[in-house]
Amino acid sequence: MWIKRRIAIKDHAAEANLFARRAIIALILVVIMVGLLLSNLYNLQVNKYSDYQTRADGNRIKVQPVAPNRGLIFDTQGVLLAKNTPVHSLDIIAEDVKDIDALLVRIKTLIEVSADQEKSFRRALKQNRRRRFKPISLIDRLTDKQTAIIAVNQHLLDGVLIDARLKRDYPYADLLTHALGYVAKINPKDAARIEADGLDANYAATRDIGKLGLEKYYQNLLHGDIGYRKVEVNSRGRVLREMESQAPTPGNNLHLHLDIELQKVAQQQLLGNRGAVVVLNAVNNGILALYSNPSYDPNLFVHGISSKNYNALLASKDRPLINRSTQGQYPPASTIKPLIGLLGLEQGLITEKTKMWDPGYYQINDLEHKYRDWKKWGHGHVDIYKSLEESCDTFFYDLALRLGVDAISEKMVKFGFGEMTGVDIFEESSANMPSRAWKAGRFRQSWYAGDTVSIGIGQGYWTSTPLQIALATSVLANEGQFFEPKLLNAIESSTGKINSPAQDRPPIVLKHPNNWKIIKRAMRNTVEKPTGTAHKAFVDTTYQAAGKTGTGQVIAIAQDAEYDKDKIAERHRDNALFVGFAPFDNPKIVVAIVVENAGGGSSNAAPIARQIMDTYFAKHPLAADSLIPILSPLP
Amino acid sequence: MRNEESRNIWRRIHLDLPLLSGLLALMLLGLIVIYSAGGQDIALIYRQVTRLGIGLVVMLFVAQIPPAFYQRWAVPLFLVGCGMLIAVLLYGHVGKGAQRWLDLGVTKFQPSEIMKLAVPIMIAWFISRKPIPATLTDTFIGLALVMIPTLLIAKQPDLGTSLLIAASGLFVLFLAGLSWRLIFAFILSMSAFMPVMWFFIMHNYQKQRVLTFLDPETDPLGTGYHIIQSQIAIGSGGKTGKGWLEGTQSQLEFLPERHTDFIFAVFSEEFGLFGILVLLAIYLYIVGRGMTIAIRAQDSFTKLLAGSITLTFFVYVFVNIGMVSGLLPVVGVPLPLVSYGGTSMVTLMAAFGVLMAISTHRRFLQQ
Repeated sequence: MWIKRRIAIKDHAAEANLFARRAIIALILVVIMVGLLLSNLYNLQVNKYSDYQTRADGNRIKVQPVAPNRGLIFDTQGVLLAKNTPVHSLDIIAEDVKDIDALLVRIKTLIEVSADQEKSFRRALKQNRRRRFKPISLIDRLTDKQTAIIAVNQHLLDGVLIDARLKRDYPYADLLTHALGYVAKINPKDAARIEADGLDANYAATRDIGKLGLEKYYQNLLHGDIGYRKVEVNSRGRVLREMESQAPTPGNNLHLHLDIELQKVAQQQLLGNRGAVVVLNAVNNGILALYSNPSYDPNLFVHGISSKNYNALLASKDRPLINRSTQGQYPPASTIKPLIGLLGLEQGLITEKTKMWDPGYYQINDLEHKYRDWKKWGHGHVDIYKSLEESCDTFFYDLALRLGVDAISEKMVKFGFGEMTGVDIFEESSANMPSRAWKAGRFRQSWYAGDTVSIGIGQGYWTSTPLQIALATSVLANEGQFFEPKLLNAIESSTGKINSPAQDRPPIVLKHPNNWKIIKRAMRNTVEKPTGTAHKAFVDTTYQAAGKTGTGQVIAIAQDAEYDKDKIAERHRDNALFVGFAPFDNPKIVVAIVVENAGGGSSNAAPIARQIMDTYFAKHPLAADSLIPILSPLP
Repeated sequence: MRNEESRNIWRRIHLDLPLLSGLLALMLLGLIVIYSAGGQDIALIYRQVTRLGIGLVVMLFVAQIPPAFYQRWAVPLFLVGCGMLIAVLLYGHVGKGAQRWLDLGVTKFQPSEIMKLAVPIMIAWFISRKPIPATLTDTFIGLALVMIPTLLIAKQPDLGTSLLIAASGLFVLFLAGLSWRLIFAFILSMSAFMPVMWFFIMHNYQKQRVLTFLDPETDPLGTGYHIIQSQIAIGSGGKTGKGWLEGTQSQLEFLPERHTDFIFAVFSEEFGLFGILVLLAIYLYIVGRGMTIAIRAQDSFTKLLAGSITLTFFVYVFVNIGMVSGLLPVVGVPLPLVSYGGTSMVTLMAAFGVLMAISTHRRFLQQ
């Protein structure tokens, strides 16, 4: 045993041989395994190359949408009414900040940060944990001074960046709110509508949307088309460089008929009152002014109105949120007498010569109830001219009754009453042009003769918006030609400016076109004759105006009671109205005024119209031959 | 002859020039890729150059020691190593969720690194004491000697290193003529052992790695992220690569552990399949040279040791590339001499020092 073991000790040659064999086997295995690696790598790099290439690009290339600049809005003379101004916000990229608390303390030593701002920042910080490298706003709107302070100290503020983006800005603030409206942040409801319209791709980068007025009505025109930029990002989502981009197409610029100067006069004239002013271009019914008082600053909404401010607007008794020019429903009062008169002439119920005796009241079939004229002792003998000049009620009580409500209703609808005017904002009311059928449907009551009597002087169930009154008067001034009132005049895109065509409706054709002239002459007399209700307001004009005053009752006055404005609560006083056009021969503008609870139209509404017309004709002087240095002969 | 003379100079300082040139080529390639993977940070390059310098010095130093020395000190070295592994488990420093470091006061130290050399030396000594092929008993004793440090390291837990150390021991047994019947029996028993490992030995994070390996897309942002991003990097490199410093996956930091374990993905992305062929050719060259040294070595101990060192080196390469390209589960094994890294690289250079010693200390026998 012992010897055997010793003998078996070493056979170097055999061992070397065995080892060499095993080493070669090992080497062969090594080569096989390298082959295995290579075949796998070949599969990855050659067979699946394009697949992985795509995935590598997908990793690093992100497409970012770029919002288009919203179209600008100009007035008729190119004054900028709605623009986009850069707003600087102070954003923080949390991932770039070592110690958020220390950073906030440092920022607070430089500029003021309110507790609210800090709170909402911290909330956003918590919610944004997942989207890394996304800037979170601390301050939405930095003042220029704050921006400068932060910029100067930027080197001390790692992770802080100042972001500039465009925000809508309305330089005229409350002057144009009811016409322009405003934009505000897209809310979930807007987002749902955008998606339903299939516009979500185009709105991917858009933050604000038109909420009111023109901004809402022409949202699609103003918005423009989205652009994009292809950027390279790293694994943490940080943008490293821009690879290519497609610039967004800015929205169309809107050029309005609106004249900022008329708008200013309207605001001045309505100062301290509730009311509305509508001015139309008589040629095409382009809206030259559309003002409702009181108004409010739309810029508040652009930056997100505080609930305190919003509640104040909602709670205000003056209801500033209502657009009185298109939503206010007022009895048109005597402003529609010319149209009732026109109807009477056209139906042959009266002629230019027809006269009646006005004792100061009217009784239906000698019934006891007296419908009073505003002039207690009456106007005496009146014809169509005098009854319009002096705004005799009795004449129209009688005429309305003879016409009947259905005829009045049918024809007044053709002048636009009780209908949407087609104005290019959504905030509009059709108001109410009553008829037998309407009353039956609404109150389940039959129509009484007395109802018709009230209709004759634009009271009772008849309501209208200031824009409807202006529109009807424009149709009258143009002898039947009917264009829908529009704020928008022209659309300007990169390719040029296209006029927005006037929308016409079927014209009103009279059997006796001369009837237009009779009524228009009567309206001119109202302004020019010393006895005319609008005479005082229009003395010494350089142009020849025509018009009609109105005094709308807000409450019914008892049979024998007298209207005494001092005894009536302010809110129950009469509304002052006026509607007119000028120049008489060749109408250029139509003006409608409603001043709530101001009293009589001749002293409270007509002077406002005078101011507006003066402003208009100072800017647009008439040719010498149409000026009227002396009173033209009256009929 | 001059040529003979210069070869003698190399032999006198105990360096194997063919092996050294292969190593230097790898190191150079590594520096080039680290520069790109590390975000063109020159400080990183300085540190790696310093480390490589230390590695080369260690290699030079180890190469001076005659192989007989290791033969004599095989047992003490092995015992000290095992003792330190136990110490790590008892008092070790916890880093990255595993207990691998032993704090010696001056420096922290991973005893498993010693075992990378101690285990093959020990097994080679044990087997070469007697004629090879070894008897069945000795084979099983040898296997048991391999298992002790393997399990101790697996317990830390450091699965990658424990498997490599097991491999280094098993290679000795294989090269010593382990019978094929035993090899197949071993493979069978290992596959039977797998479920045991799964349920009783492996930690959750290790299981997760295996699961992710089997289907990385199930958790693309979690544990599957590494392997998906790595495959995207390699695949998008194509045949010719995106060019040095141009790899989007690595430059834009989509690829994790770019300059360490996943450096092969960076290399593949920037240099493509052609670059890989060059890299693998260098590795094959080193392995070939190592096996040549082993075959030419004069006794069984040095043959077995040289062969084991060489094959273990290849296993590093295979495991790293396999894991980065999705063939193997993710285990923390660097790409030898290319990855940025400390201790393991120095150990590796010491191992090459041993190879060089084996290649150059043959004088006395010739005389």
